[in-house]
Amino acid sequence: MPRLIEYRQAIREALDEELARDPMVVLMGEEVAQYNGAYKVTQGLWEKWGDKRVVDTPISEAGFIGMGVGASMLGIRPVMELMFWSFYTVAWDQIINNAGMVRYMSGGLINCPIVVRGPANGGTGVGATHSHTPENIMASFPGMKCVCPATARDAKGLMKAAIRDNDPVMFMENTLLYGEKGEVPDNSELPEGELFIPLGVAEVKREGTDLSLIAHGRAVLTCLKAAEILEEEHGISVEVVDLRTIRPLDEETIFESVRKTHKAICVDENKPFCGVSAQIASSIQLHCFDDLDAPVLRVSALDSPAFYSPPIEKLQLPYPDVIVAKALSIC
Amino acid sequence: MPTLIKMPKLSDTMTEGTLVKWHVKEGDTITMGKLLADVETDKATMEMEAFDGGIVHKLLVTPGGKVTLGAGMLLLLAPGEEPPADIAAFAAANSDAAPAKEEPAKKTGAAKAASQEKRSFTGTLPPMGPGQKKRAPADSGVRVKASPLARKIAEEKGVDLTKLQGTGPGGRIVRDDVENAPVGGSSSAPAKAVQTIRPVAGPEDERIPLTGMRNIIAERLLASKTQIPHFYLQMEVDAGPLMDFRSHINASAEKTGGNKYTVNDFLLKAVVRAAATVPAVNASFDGDAIVQFKHVNLSVAIAVPEGLVTPVIRAAETKTLLEISQSVKDLAGRAKNKKLSPDEFAGGTITVSNLGAYGIDQFSAIINPPQAAIIAIGSIRKAPVVNDKGVIVVGQRMWIGLSGDHRVVDGAVAATFLAEMRKLVENPALMLV
Repeated sequence: MPRLIEYRQAIREALDEELARDPMVVLMGEEVAQYNGAYKVTQGLWEKWGDKRVVDTPISEAGFIGMGVGASMLGIRPVMELMFWSFYTVAWDQIINNAGMVRYMSGGLINCPIVVRGPANGGTGVGATHSHTPENIMASFPGMKCVCPATARDAKGLMKAAIRDNDPVMFMENTLLYGEKGEVPDNSELPEGELFIPLGVAEVKREGTDLSLIAHGRAVLTCLKAAEILEEEHGISVEVVDLRTIRPLDEETIFESVRKTHKAICVDENKPFCGVSAQIASSIQLHCFDDLDAPVLRVSALDSPAFYSPPIEKLQLPYPDVIVAKALSIC
Repeated sequence: MPTLIKMPKLSDTMTEGTLVKWHVKEGDTITMGKLLADVETDKATMEMEAFDGGIVHKLLVTPGGKVTLGAGMLLLLAPGEEPPADIAAFAAANSDAAPAKEEPAKKTGAAKAASQEKRSFTGTLPPMGPGQKKRAPADSGVRVKASPLARKIAEEKGVDLTKLQGTGPGGRIVRDDVENAPVGGSSSAPAKAVQTIRPVAGPEDERIPLTGMRNIIAERLLASKTQIPHFYLQMEVDAGPLMDFRSHINASAEKTGGNKYTVNDFLLKAVVRAAATVPAVNASFDGDAIVQFKHVNLSVAIAVPEGLVTPVIRAAETKTLLEISQSVKDLAGRAKNKKLSPDEFAGGTITVSNLGAYGIDQFSAIINPPQAAIIAIGSIRKAPVVNDKGVIVVGQRMWIGLSGDHRVVDGAVAATFLAEMRKLVENPALMLV
């Protein structure tokens, strides 16, 4: 009987296990402790680990992220929660210039093993200022790492890798996925005794022969639905590649898939302009040009600040029918 | 090693160039970018610049000379360098046989460096540099829309993409098209010019397989309508004099037992005469030239139960009215009995289609390819006419139409032809002299 747990619980397990493994790991953020986290990701952890390991902060992202960056330079492994990743702009200088650049600026003498985590998604009717998807922005700075798990299993395994990584890791979750249940093996079932998924390794979530859908985060689930429709209604065999980590990017898995199917659609919930899918499409055409039997297509969010109206916002993010229609245009 | 400057590729389609003028002379010291010569290509006269520096030792071509692409034009030496003993042999050995030939491997390091310079130099005349291997479709001037994968497979299999019909989005040739194509690319199904819109047939509808003749009509007329830019002229003529003339001749023939002429015989004769007078319509378009025929080989459209045939009266301009009349009778009779041999359909230069007997007043005919004109004859009917005295009288009127290939014939030329027709029909005695 496989163990099904929610995405939020999977992250909680990872945090809990890392708190247990390494006394240097601390959680900080707005309401992560006594309130159990705005989205209940850290539920029970303050009670279990106490004030020194799980710390509530004021509503001051620039201040507490800066504190986390400083702490990480001195050997602490802070896991900082942004209630919404959308608030990264308040802490922009701390995240990019301090966390992201200190290793380079110090000639490799100073590491910054910080994790900044929180939900980074649209689609929940919280308005334009709370619906940003900054994975493309974070990934564009050499020195930063960026993770976007789509499933509970990946969320747990990748969180553990993120905490143990010696560079700043931007860990982007999704409020629409927190309640999604997925199969996550219990540690006792694993020969290694724990679930650990290294950064920079993509995963083929569904095998196919006619078309590659390349996605990350929630878009992976959208692609899996589209793949089912394409298979059942149109007889098109679709492969879905989950990037899991935007940076470091596992290009080989992408290229391998495209060289097999000869057609690719890059799907993300980023805005189309300079989105992650643009980067992937560029790499594919460069490295797989002679393997392509059709132009590389993209499906992204509609190019506008997040719509506030829920029915329209639903149409702003990629949904299966859009992917199906694009697929049919080249298959 | 001496440098041989060769005829560069100055236009996509050129295979040779004509040297118009040298801008350097033997003994000149030149540097890169120096204007060497004016070269006339198939498109324009262009300037040819130096991509190497040195001393002009020998001009191998004189102005007015035609030079094949890649052939040597000028021998350049480095200062102090000895010329090759046999310049002609050196030039022959170092010229490129083919336009897109790869740089020979025997080149020295220095020469390779020079060719690198060539590639990076962006002068006014980008030459067909070494190593810029072009594929056949690009060379033939046709941009084939094919996916990169399809191109790769086509190259491996030796399939000619220009011969394939793409089934991908927007007609793009995709992998399946190449994999299903026979080697060499001569696809068994010729590329369709237009998408066929198929009818919906029910159980009560009859499906009649195409006869060979219907197939040929379909293919040739589809090609005509899709490939030839048609234009249409109509002219009304007074058929009264012709009718009088014919009844006069036939009345006398009845007494003597001579040949009886149809109206059509006269009209065929008029077409032949007009075509001889305006030879521009007795022509064909042939890619890069117009072929104007010496003889008027008159195709005559004859309806038969299976469809339509257009047998040819050869060198009709040398035939008398009587000979034309007899030829048509013979051809029509044998057409109905299917006794015409294939070569009797070949080589027509202009066609006449007469639907007058079917009560059609005027119509626009489809050109019989590869001809440049078809003449459409309507019925002769009585109609009120204002004559030159301003009086309304009963006239005998007839419409003559011309469909022309505008690549070959322009409106004014076609109008001259029709005016000539009118002159003959309205003065039929002229046909006999």
